[in-house]
Amino acid sequence: MKKLLMLIAVFGLAGCGEPDQVVVYKQGKYQGKPDTRPWDNEPLALTGSGKWTKGDRASWETQIKARQLTQHEDKRIYQ
Amino acid sequence: MARMKFLVDAERCIECNGCVTACKQENEVPWGVNRRRVVTINDGVVGAEKSISVACMHCSDAPCMAVCPVDCFYRTDDGVVLHDKDLCIGCGYCFYACPFGAPQFPQAGAFGLRGKMDKCTFCAGGPEADKSDTEFKKYGRNRLAEGKLPACAEMCSTKALLGGDGDVIADIYRERVLRRGKGSEVWGWGTAYGPGKPGAQPPAQQPQPAGGRS
Repeated sequence: MKKLLMLIAVFGLAGCGEPDQVVVYKQGKYQGKPDTRPWDNEPLALTGSGKWTKGDRASWETQIKARQLTQHEDKRIYQ
Repeated sequence: MARMKFLVDAERCIECNGCVTACKQENEVPWGVNRRRVVTINDGVVGAEKSISVACMHCSDAPCMAVCPVDCFYRTDDGVVLHDKDLCIGCGYCFYACPFGAPQFPQAGAFGLRGKMDKCTFCAGGPEADKSDTEFKKYGRNRLAEGKLPACAEMCSTKALLGGDGDVIADIYRERVLRRGKGSEVWGWGTAYGPGKPGAQPPAQQPQPAGGRS
């Protein structure tokens, strides 16, 4: 009987606990393989492809910007 | 620092699906997977029909990255959102999180099992050796490493779809809108022949001879 009362007391008191039930979100971090960057490649030898210095981000961005501006047909038409 | 984005001009898109075809051809995308597609609203309603080309928009705060349970997404230095297919488990959480429906899942196996996620890479390949066969088979062509822009944007016949650094393409779009006007101004003679140029105005109407028609 005594044991039963103790058991009830233990389980009863367990209900009084206030464990933190809020989900804690943590920022994920990429777990995959590393990737290389576009400017770490040699430019193609073909004509029409841009030219940049291998490993130089600024020169790659300059040529890709020039390529982006070719989408601006207003500038081509209304010279 | 470049931050690669797509921009679609709904006034110009003619729903030709050239971008969809260019993407499929350039990246040899498998049957059933569309990295890019054209969405049309008010289909068939004269003057109200608009189409835009939709793919992964390479969000600055990408929901797919936030929900991925295996953290297989990463963002490149140019702002392109890519993922590692070796790590992807094909759970589909990214599909539910993406507001554009960009993540695609190839059918793998006889019972419609989902394969690993596939999406637009801004023609930037993935985490494999650049321009290698492995990269091409898993992620498609790496045009950025070749100093080129995505095939869809470069192939767009009306230049409705612009791709590149957000600042640069926003400038192109802004100048275009200033030139063509808005609303009813985008239609008609001025749109076809350009403002302030010979022929910018329609020819004056010739007076009809009285009683010329019987």
